[in-house]
Amino acid sequence: MTQPVSPAQRHQQDGPAATPAKTPARQPAGLRPDVRNLSLLGVLAVLVAVGGFTKPEQFLDSSNLQLVLTQASVIGVVTVGMTFVITSGGIDLSVGAIVALASVWATTLATQEYGFAGILFTAVVVGLACGLVNGLLIAYGGMVPFIATLAMLASARGLALQITDGKTQIVTVDSVLDLGVPDSYVLGIPPLVLVFAVVTVVGWLLLNRTTFGRRTVAVGGNAEAARLAGIDVRRQRLYLYLLSGLCCGIAAFLLVVLSGSGQNTNGNLYELDAIAAAIIGGTLLSGGRGTIVGSVLGVLVFTTITNIFALNNLQSDVQQIAKGAIIVAAVLVQRRTARDGAI
Amino acid sequence: MSGITKSFPGVRALDGVDLEVQAGEVHCLLGQNGAGKSTLIKVLAGVHQPDGGEITWQGAAVTLKSPIAAMRLGIATIYQELDLVEGLSVAENIFLGHEPTTAGFVVRGRQARASATALLERLGHAEIDAGSLVGSLSAAQQQIVSMARALSHDVRLIVMDEPSAALDPDEVDNLFRIVAGLTADGVAVVYISHRLEEIRRIGDRVTVLKDGRAVAVGLPARSTPTRDVVALMTGRDVEYVFPRRPGDGARAAGAEPVLRVEGLSRDGEFAALDLDVRPGEIVGLAGLVGSGRSEVLETVYGARKPSTGRVLVDGRPLRPGSVRAAVRAGIGLAPEERKAQGLLMLESVTRNVSVSTLSRFSRGGWLDRTAEREAARAATRELSLRPDNPDAPVRTLSGGNQQKAVLARWLLRGCRVLLLDEPTRGVDVGARAELYAVIRRLADEGLAVLLVSSEVPEVLGLADRVLVLREGRVVHTAPARELDEHRVLDLVMEGSPTP
Repeated sequence: MTQPVSPAQRHQQDGPAATPAKTPARQPAGLRPDVRNLSLLGVLAVLVAVGGFTKPEQFLDSSNLQLVLTQASVIGVVTVGMTFVITSGGIDLSVGAIVALASVWATTLATQEYGFAGILFTAVVVGLACGLVNGLLIAYGGMVPFIATLAMLASARGLALQITDGKTQIVTVDSVLDLGVPDSYVLGIPPLVLVFAVVTVVGWLLLNRTTFGRRTVAVGGNAEAARLAGIDVRRQRLYLYLLSGLCCGIAAFLLVVLSGSGQNTNGNLYELDAIAAAIIGGTLLSGGRGTIVGSVLGVLVFTTITNIFALNNLQSDVQQIAKGAIIVAAVLVQRRTARDGAI
Repeated sequence: MSGITKSFPGVRALDGVDLEVQAGEVHCLLGQNGAGKSTLIKVLAGVHQPDGGEITWQGAAVTLKSPIAAMRLGIATIYQELDLVEGLSVAENIFLGHEPTTAGFVVRGRQARASATALLERLGHAEIDAGSLVGSLSAAQQQIVSMARALSHDVRLIVMDEPSAALDPDEVDNLFRIVAGLTADGVAVVYISHRLEEIRRIGDRVTVLKDGRAVAVGLPARSTPTRDVVALMTGRDVEYVFPRRPGDGARAAGAEPVLRVEGLSRDGEFAALDLDVRPGEIVGLAGLVGSGRSEVLETVYGARKPSTGRVLVDGRPLRPGSVRAAVRAGIGLAPEERKAQGLLMLESVTRNVSVSTLSRFSRGGWLDRTAEREAARAATRELSLRPDNPDAPVRTLSGGNQQKAVLARWLLRGCRVLLLDEPTRGVDVGARAELYAVIRRLADEGLAVLLVSSEVPEVLGLADRVLVLREGRVVHTAPARELDEHRVLDLVMEGSPTP
C-alpha cells in the first residue's frame, strides 16, 4: 500500500526519537498494568517473607506451598474467566453458584456411574449451559449483566440445593480422587495446579494474542465504537459468558477432586473473590483493560494471606479485614490510572 | 464579560470574547457551529473556568467557580439538552437542589408544589400539573419546566441555548411571550438561536461570534440586514485552504455510482432521501443541527434502521440496519463523536487502526502482531499521522491525528465508500487543511465520499456536489461550485433564498 521507503527517508520520517521500524512488535504503550503486576509481585514477596519469618518451618514447607497453590487453583480458574468478562465491560455474579451446581450435578450417583469422564463432562457441560443462558440473556435479551447473572446466581444455587437436598455427595470414583493425592504429583506439582497453569497460559494467549481477545478489549473499551467498526458485539458478549461458564465448570471439577465430594454450598462467595482478584490485578471494572497475569497474582496474594493467617492461628475476621484493606488500596491506585486514561 | 479566553487541548475555543448584557434586554448570540457559543455560555454558567478575561456582575468583578456559584448570583442557564430528571415530578425538578425544607432536610412537598404551580402560572402554563412526572411531559412542556426551574431562583439573567429547536411554531410564540414578560420584569436574557427570523422578532441586540472571537458586539437586532449578519458569521480571518478538485469531476461523472440511496426515510428524522456517490466523488450534506444530517449517515451505515428505502453498494442492496453488512460491502464511517463512537481511547494507534481488519492478520484467531503493526503503520504513514509511532496511545494524539487514525482504519480495510461525519470537529484550524488534502486524495484514489458538516465552507470547499438538508428534507442539490456560503446559509436557515 505504501511506497517502499529508503533507509534515509525512513530515518527522516521517524525523527531522532522514534524507534526504528525493525523493532520487534512490543506491548503497546500503557505500561501501567505491567507496573502494577510488578507491585503485586512485590506484595507477594513481602507476604512470603512474612510467612517465612513468622512460621519458618511450616510456611516454606513444600507441602504447604503445594496446598496454597492447590487452593489458588479453583478460584484461579474462575478468575481467569471473570477477567475476560470484566475486561469486556461486564460482570458475572453467578460464578460461585455455577461452580456449586456443576459440582453437585457432576457427583450425583447417576453421573458417577460413568466414572471419571462422566464427572468431568457433566461439570463442563453444566458450566457451559449456565454460561449460555447468561450470555443469551445479556447479549440478545438486552439484560444488564449484573441482573442476569444475579438471577443465575439465585437459580443455580437453588437447583444445586434441590439436587443434593442439602446432603454432601461423596465421590467414590477412585480415578478422580487419585488426582488429589501426592502420588499423582508431577515433579512435585499437583495436577490441579497444572490445570490452573494451563488455563492461565491459554487465557493469557487468548486475551493477548488472538482476535477474540482484541475484540473483548474493544467491546469493553468502547462498545459503540466496536459496533461501528464492524465487530459483532452481541456475539462477542455471548462467547464471553460461555467462556466464564466453561471456567466455572473446570473449577467445579477441580473442587470435586480437591474435596472428594459435591456440595450445594461449594463456591460460596467465589464471585466476590474472583472480582476482587481481577480488580487488584489491574483489570478495569469499567472494561477495556484486562490482565490475566495480574488476576493470577491477585488470586495468589489472597490465597497466601489466608494461608499465613491460618498458620498463625489468626481468625478469619482479621483475614477479611486485611482483604478489604487490600481491595481499597488497589482500587485507589486504579482510580488514578483510569483518570489518566480517560482523556 | 470581557476578554474571555478558554482553550481545550488542541483547540482555542474562545479567544478574547467580550459580551455585555443589560438588564431587561434580549441579547442574541449568533455564530456557526464551533464559533464558541456553547463554550461562552458554559463559562457564564460556571461550568468551565476561563483561562483569561474577567466577568463583571452588577458592577463587581466575580469568579464563577461552579454552576452553583453562578446560580447564587442569579445566572440561570437553560441548555439545549434539557437537564431534567425524568423520574421526578415537575415540582421536584423545579426545586431540585434548593427544596423548601423544615429543619434543614424534611422536604415540604406541599409548599414546593404550590410554589411550582405559581411559577408555571406565571409562565402561562397552568395546565402542567406540578405533581406529574417530567418524563410524561412533551418536549415543549419540559422546556417550560426548565424555565420554571430557572425562575425558581432569584434570577437576574437567563441564558437560553436554542430554546426553540424542539418547539412547534405556536409554542415558539408562547416562548416569546414568556421572554417578553421576563424582560419587562427587568431580567436579562441571552438568547442563542440559528434562526434569524426569531432574532428579529425578540432580540434587542446581537453579538456575533466567529472562530472564538466576537466579531460584532451589540448590533441592533431588528435593523441589521441579514446580509451583514451572514457576512459577519462567515467572513474569516483564517482562510481554509481546500485542495483543488480534479478536472471538474468529469472523470467521476462517467462512472457508475458505488453508493446509491433510494427513498431512505426514518420517522421524525428525515424523509425520502435519494442520493448517489460515484468513485472519486465527494458529496456533501449541508444543514443545521437537527436537520437530519448525522442520522442520514448513520442510517446509510446501518447503525440505525430505516423506516423505508434502501441502500445499495454496487447495485446490491444491503441488509437494512446492519453495520456488519455495510462494513462487509465496503462502507466505512468516521463518526461525529470521535471519542465516544470511533476510538478505543485506552488503546494504541495500531489497535485502533486494525480493529476492523483483525481477521486479516490472524490464522485461526491467532494474531500475527508484527504484520498487524506493519500494516497499521503503512496506513497511518500514508495519511501522515503524527507521531509516526504505531504504539502511541491514541488518546495522546491531537484531534486531527485521531481522525486520521479512524480514516486509516478504513483505508487499511480497503473500503470503497467513506462516510465522514463532521470530520474536522475538534480539529485545530491549522490542521484542517491537511485533513482536507487527505480526504481529497482518498477520493482521487477512487473512494466515494459522503461528507456531513455543519460548517458550510467546509462542505462547499471540499465536496464536488452538495445536498442542502433542512428539517429532514433535501431542499436543494447543486454542484459545489455553483453555490456560495451565503446562499447555503439562507437555504438552511430560512428555507428559501433571501433577495
